[in-house]
Amino acid sequence: MIFRRSERAKASVEPVTLKILVAGGFGVGKTTLVGAVSEIKPLRTEETLSEAGRPVDDTSGVAGKHTTTVAMDFGRITLREDLVLYLFGTPGQDRFWFLWDELATGALGAVVLADTRRLEDCFAAVDYFERRDIPFVIGVNCFDDASRYPAEAVRQALDIDEGVPVVLCDARDRESVKEVLISVVEHAMAAAAAVREPATT
Amino acid sequence: MSHDGRGTQRTNALWGTSGTAGTPGTQETHRWFDDEAGPVVRPYAMTRGRTTSPGQHRLDLIAVVIAETQVPGDHDADRTLSPEHVDIVELCRDTPQSVAELAAELDLPIGVVRVLIGDLVDDELVHVTRPVPPAELPDESILRDVISGLRAL
Repeated sequence: MIFRRSERAKASVEPVTLKILVAGGFGVGKTTLVGAVSEIKPLRTEETLSEAGRPVDDTSGVAGKHTTTVAMDFGRITLREDLVLYLFGTPGQDRFWFLWDELATGALGAVVLADTRRLEDCFAAVDYFERRDIPFVIGVNCFDDASRYPAEAVRQALDIDEGVPVVLCDARDRESVKEVLISVVEHAMAAAAAVREPATT
Repeated sequence: MSHDGRGTQRTNALWGTSGTAGTPGTQETHRWFDDEAGPVVRPYAMTRGRTTSPGQHRLDLIAVVIAETQVPGDHDADRTLSPEHVDIVELCRDTPQSVAELAAELDLPIGVVRVLIGDLVDDELVHVTRPVPPAELPDESILRDVISGLRAL
């Protein structure tokens, strides 16, 4: 605790802060998901797709998507005075992956948002979290005009572990997003318990 | 002052629209005004060119910055503080703020805010709590609290 040089005044409680990442392909609804539960307007740096972005950012299948998040979004949920959960939306395009490691350090877990019309877009995120042993759940964002698939079909298509929860959700809906976040925390608890058990016996 | 340049495509302003550059009479003068010109002060000028704070590990985005309660009239430190330093202290005085929130509030890059916070820690105007990595959480009770907190939203 090298920062605690002067303990003389503790005016207010020092909150415990936790973060959950929201990853997934471009235009899959990460910003929407963060905005649905955050108590602050999500911090975002969005730029209209420019000439420079057009050949790179493939918007086919994401009608009406005119902007893309080039920096990061974050939202805040104050659960208690001394317990704050932050949500960080990871940059959607591969060329901003250098920001991921910074975000992933110390994360409680992650949501990988998937769009069944473009499932391959979230492969990269799934790989990333699998490799780093960061607990994640798949949130299948059910777009109005996309066909519905059962969660098991999505699991098979993504070839992910039995233990990884697959949750159908609506990124615009606060209650739905809450369920997704709860499943992330529950999954993180289960993963932590699984690590602890072999160590103690 | 002419406002001819307002709304001009940035690419045009950068490269010029005519192929014959260098003839002052014919060349259009594209200029950027106000926000289009970008920040008046380049971000790292606020840190006097520094990109890291000496002797510190990187501040996490969710590290919380808390203002020390200051004796009013302690002007010694204030003289060396930039307006951005003062903004950070004042924001944190109301409520403890995460590094990410401070960057958002001040509209500054995270890297710049980190350096400025480092200065304030050196001056003992603020202190920073290091977030506990989930792997080091003492028990599951905090995670249970997170779940019940989310349910109660």
